[in-house]
Amino acid sequence: MNLEQQFQARIDQEIKVEPRDWMPEEYRQMNIRQIAQHAHSEIVGMLPEGNWITRAPSLRRKVALLAKVQDEGGHGLYLYSAAETLGISREELIDQLHEGKAKYSSIFNYPALTWADIGAIGWLVDGAAIMNQVSLTRTSYGPYARAMVRICKEESFHQRQGYEILLTLCRGTQEQKAMAQDSLNRWWWPALMMFGPNDDQSTHTEKSMNWKLKRKKNDELRQQFVDVTVPQAEYLGITVPDPDLKWNEERGHYDFGEINWDEFWQVVKGNGPCNKKRMNDRIKAHEEGAWVREAAMAYAEKRQQRKLQQAS
Amino acid sequence: MNHQESLYHFALQMGDNALILGQRLSEWCGHGPVLEQDIAITNIALDHVGQARSWLQYAAELEGKGRTEDDLAFLRPEFEYRNVLLVEQPNTDWAYTIVRSFLFDTFNYFHHVELTQSTDPGVAAIAEKSLKEITYHLRYSSEWMIRLGDGTELSHDKMQQALDDLWMFSGELTAMTSLETSLAAAGLAPDLSGIKPLYDGRIAAVIQEATLEVPSGAYMQTGGKEGRHTEYMGFILAEMQSLQRQMPGLKW
Amino acid sequence: MSKDWPLWEVFIRSKNGLSHKHAGSLHAADAEMAIENARDVYTRRNEGVSIWVVESRHITASNPEEAESLFDPAKDKVYRHPTFYDLPDEVTHI
Repeated sequence: MNLEQQFQARIDQEIKVEPRDWMPEEYRQMNIRQIAQHAHSEIVGMLPEGNWITRAPSLRRKVALLAKVQDEGGHGLYLYSAAETLGISREELIDQLHEGKAKYSSIFNYPALTWADIGAIGWLVDGAAIMNQVSLTRTSYGPYARAMVRICKEESFHQRQGYEILLTLCRGTQEQKAMAQDSLNRWWWPALMMFGPNDDQSTHTEKSMNWKLKRKKNDELRQQFVDVTVPQAEYLGITVPDPDLKWNEERGHYDFGEINWDEFWQVVKGNGPCNKKRMNDRIKAHEEGAWVREAAMAYAEKRQQRKLQQAS
Repeated sequence: MNHQESLYHFALQMGDNALILGQRLSEWCGHGPVLEQDIAITNIALDHVGQARSWLQYAAELEGKGRTEDDLAFLRPEFEYRNVLLVEQPNTDWAYTIVRSFLFDTFNYFHHVELTQSTDPGVAAIAEKSLKEITYHLRYSSEWMIRLGDGTELSHDKMQQALDDLWMFSGELTAMTSLETSLAAAGLAPDLSGIKPLYDGRIAAVIQEATLEVPSGAYMQTGGKEGRHTEYMGFILAEMQSLQRQMPGLKW
Repeated sequence: MSKDWPLWEVFIRSKNGLSHKHAGSLHAADAEMAIENARDVYTRRNEGVSIWVVESRHITASNPEEAESLFDPAKDKVYRHPTFYDLPDEVTHI
């Protein structure tokens, strides 16, 4: 067996790949790309919800939302750290994002317009993310899998937080319920797009599956998401905006309508309603933080020097 | 004003300081200078909002009219907010944010040390719980004062500028209002003149270690504790209260 | 050109009596900041009572290519384990 075959054999036996183990260069690059995309999604994902922190309608909601958005920052951090074990620095990863060379989940290019959107993001966007992440706790790269375990544990309150917001609105006034319905109308399809293109359109699926970078295919996860989410919408008493949605007894799954892939690709390409705003916000924070990062480093070095001088 | 009413107003003042500073710090969430500090400042914002809840719940209880923490946080007019002017000043940048927190945290720390001795068990209990958090806040903002004051030339200048600009709001922290004088007489809250030397000493020591200079000759602004605010306050409330004002009386 | 803060490895004692365990990593300008960042990043949910941090570049790791020669020889040293020794059941407290 050559190195690559040995590598595949270990993966097939569910032996985790660790940072210093030999790995094919393509495996390393695919991992970096996937983990970075995931990390960027967490960080950019802080922005739409972050918009509502200062406007949360009660103190209880305010602390919950703050804690949740902060968690997303933490998750981004765990993931950047996992990517860094593959020999790329966080600075490089962030530069790639800001230069438009790295992707992040397109869902965050949609606007959070009402308080109900905070509910819908928690319920649908986090719900879809969790579905993907749970499958990734078994990914083949050790640091990524461990980050996923930690993230999944912490995410469990996020989706409940979102659903509770919508539940409260749906049990409230007509106006509040209408707000909840409107948010489902706007977030349903983008949430389904989160699982990525259909498997026959997806370029990396086969290799990703063989190397166990991905454990489930896009369409399988999407179906799973629809199956668990539709009854939750029914419980809320709001309607999923898909006339083709219906239970298929034979398949034991819901059938659902065709996703607007043209919209999906347009948003991926940068033409969503908030792509530019999201990137500008991230770049602004990074640039305005430069003097702070530099000064902290300068101070640490100065202090180190003083310590050395005192010791001599 | 009887003790109960005085305590109610005092709990509002404490709650409003925490609420408005928490509101300001939470604006950083997602926009921090580096991911680790984004998370750190949000933790501190969470502490402040948590403390605001404790005080406002207590205020609501003292008032005894069936209002809730949210009624108090979201439905009062501007002149009923009793926070000091310092906490409503804008974030501007990391330098202003750190200086604002440092001045407030220093006072808040010594104030809470004394408040744990309040003859009112409710006040003492909230102070006791908050003091652990505030001890950490002071450590955090002091370290950043020193780190940036003694960092690069640029960071030093930015810190001095922020200190100079915010200094005129620092005097209000230790200036006694008639409410505070009457509370002190009853042993419910400390005499701030006892705290002032501790506060001044600590501020001066940290500023010196940060290689910065204590601003001089500023005319100190006051009024926040009596409901007269700066122009920023109206915008903070317009944003914070927007949903409760648009659709009043609903559950969220 | 901004200089990246160095990477630190974080070890957390989850409760009194247990040893520190690797929790993850983060960036910080100095050791004090690394401790504070670790507190905010890795103990938000009350996961710890004590933190160690060490700059990642100071960690020396064994080479995975030498794993067989380093660790396999220990596999057949059964005499290091108590079950290797036969004692009659009547003998207790041993």
